Amino acid sequence: MSALLEVSGVSVTFDGFRAINNLSFAIGPQELRAVIGPNGAGKTTFMDIVTGKTRPDEGSVTFGETPRSLLKMSEAQIARAGIGRKFQRPTVFEDQTVSENLMLALKANRAPWRVLFWRETAADRTRVADLAGQVGLGSQLARKAGELSHGQKQWLEIAMLLAQEPRLLLVDEPAAGMSFIEREQTTALLVELAKTRAVVVVEHDMEFIRRLNCKVTVLHEGSVLAEGSLDHVTKNPAVIEVYLGR
Amino acid sequence: MTRSFLARNPSVLWFLLILSAFTLVVTLLAEGFGLGLIPTAFVKVLGKTLCLCLVALAMDLIWGYTGILSLGHMAFFALGGYMLGMWLMYARTEEIVVQSLAGSPIPATPDEVAQGVATQIFGVVGASELPVVWSFAHSAWLQLPLVLIVPGLFALIFGWLAFRARVNGVYLSILTQAMTLALALYLFQNDSGLRGNNGLSGLQNLPGLGEVPQSTLSISFFLASAALLAAGYVTLAWITAGKFGSALRAIRDDEQRLRFLGYPVEGYKLFVFTLTAMIAAIAGALYYPQAGIINPAELAPIASIYLAVWVAIGGRGRLYGAVIGAAFVSLLSSWFTGGTAPSIPLGFYTIHWVDWWTVLLGLSFVLVTLFAPKGIGGLFDRFAHIGTPERHGADLGPDAGSLQEREAQE
Repeated sequence: MSALLEVSGVSVTFDGFRAINNLSFAIGPQELRAVIGPNGAGKTTFMDIVTGKTRPDEGSVTFGETPRSLLKMSEAQIARAGIGRKFQRPTVFEDQTVSENLMLALKANRAPWRVLFWRETAADRTRVADLAGQVGLGSQLARKAGELSHGQKQWLEIAMLLAQEPRLLLVDEPAAGMSFIEREQTTALLVELAKTRAVVVVEHDMEFIRRLNCKVTVLHEGSVLAEGSLDHVTKNPAVIEVYLGR
Repeated sequence: MTRSFLARNPSVLWFLLILSAFTLVVTLLAEGFGLGLIPTAFVKVLGKTLCLCLVALAMDLIWGYTGILSLGHMAFFALGGYMLGMWLMYARTEEIVVQSLAGSPIPATPDEVAQGVATQIFGVVGASELPVVWSFAHSAWLQLPLVLIVPGLFALIFGWLAFRARVNGVYLSILTQAMTLALALYLFQNDSGLRGNNGLSGLQNLPGLGEVPQSTLSISFFLASAALLAAGYVTLAWITAGKFGSALRAIRDDEQRLRFLGYPVEGYKLFVFTLTAMIAAIAGALYYPQAGIINPAELAPIASIYLAVWVAIGGRGRLYGAVIGAAFVSLLSSWFTGGTAPSIPLGFYTIHWVDWWTVLLGLSFVLVTLFAPKGIGGLFDRFAHIGTPERHGADLGPDAGSLQEREAQE
């Protein structure tokens, strides 16, 4: 199986603190993967490296069928190459309507000059309505995003990611602050999405990961401690000691 | 969604109507054209005010919409003025030199004329050679494009360096202040090639139009300023209405998010910075012929801070707010500092407005920031019932900014 994203031998040091230590990670084109680990294990730094926010000191990160290195690309270029990132806190443009938020995210040329002369078409409006419908915001298109509930903002952000049509989705703690029913819906959505693209979910909540029913990567002190099914990794004595034993 | 541009942006139509009515009234009442109720000096003040409104629009685009508090845009305004002023001064001096040489027995050669012009313009700083920067000043066709090119290029280079290094927020504001101060100090030098602290003068005399009285010229400049302000307003309204405007507001509110959506945020900032610098330059090129004189003091850091104050008082993030703020505050300022405002005797102390105006301005800036962050323009929202929800009560969600209790009941 050829990997969509391949991270190999990556290390990052912040002021002498080794946040990521010789980390290697790979994910296929249609795969759901959960990443877990205690605080400070390097989960967020890992996402920062993949999305171009942090530059690793050594190692390589490649993406795509004909692997391209992501290390020389800016955040915006990486996003355009097909990597979408969902932040832990819902980050949507609160002062703009749901529809404007989605229009911004819709896959299109991002160059300033092209955006200046861009005019929305009927197809764009249909696509925005579809996306909003997909996450249950179909009737909220004209509302300002700032007026939405916490869970609705999370979904709006997910819909914005989908609008970009990414091939790899990085999702940071999607279930945080959600009610039980919202979690169920989010799980179903993520499983559905992973049928057509790669999805990496960083999560603390074991119940949530169990329902995702996918391969799990356990991070500890900046490198991979164990990898496999949830049952497999939870039986691993090293994992029990650093993560579950407490 | 398919409605026309004007229907989606009712403020554009209102703005154009009010501006036309105002222009018409002033023209009819002006000394040079109609009833003569408005003296030429005041027509010039009004024309200059319209130019200030135009530069305030540029400031609103970069600060109000994009969230970049540039405190150096008056430098571009003044640069635009300098670029036009060079041609005006050269051409006007050339006329005078040609006239005075016409009496001599042998007709003057072009070299003699050029030498005469150089001596006339630069005698005041003890030089008699035209500096290199004046190479194009003899020709309107060569010099006039520089009104846009020089400030635009300057903004492009400065912005490229600043935005590429991801200088943000207050650091960028300080950097732009340093830029305008450095430029002012440079121009103050006699060997900068722009007549040092003397600046350029006599700009109110247009070459070839020496016979036309100032009362007529002033009204022409007033009309030109109004036309450019209208064009600027429509252009900026069009820019901010579409997806580009949406992207700019997104940069203001969360540029990191926009970057992860694939937008080259730095490119957008650079585009807006350069565009607004060029708009400021056009406004300046029209302002200084009405003022008659330009000198390096115009680039003082305080000028750009005033610009920010106008936009804040008018209401940032809405174009008409910037225009209202610039017009209101600058007219009020010329009234208070012009010595016509009555002093207030308190018995033990008399308030002279010339001294106390800046205190009043500073105080109103603080009060607007505290109690009416949307500025004067925010009053229009009351009429139009565009309310932001009252945010009282505890957050419903775990995050700040979620829907709040009282809103939820509505």
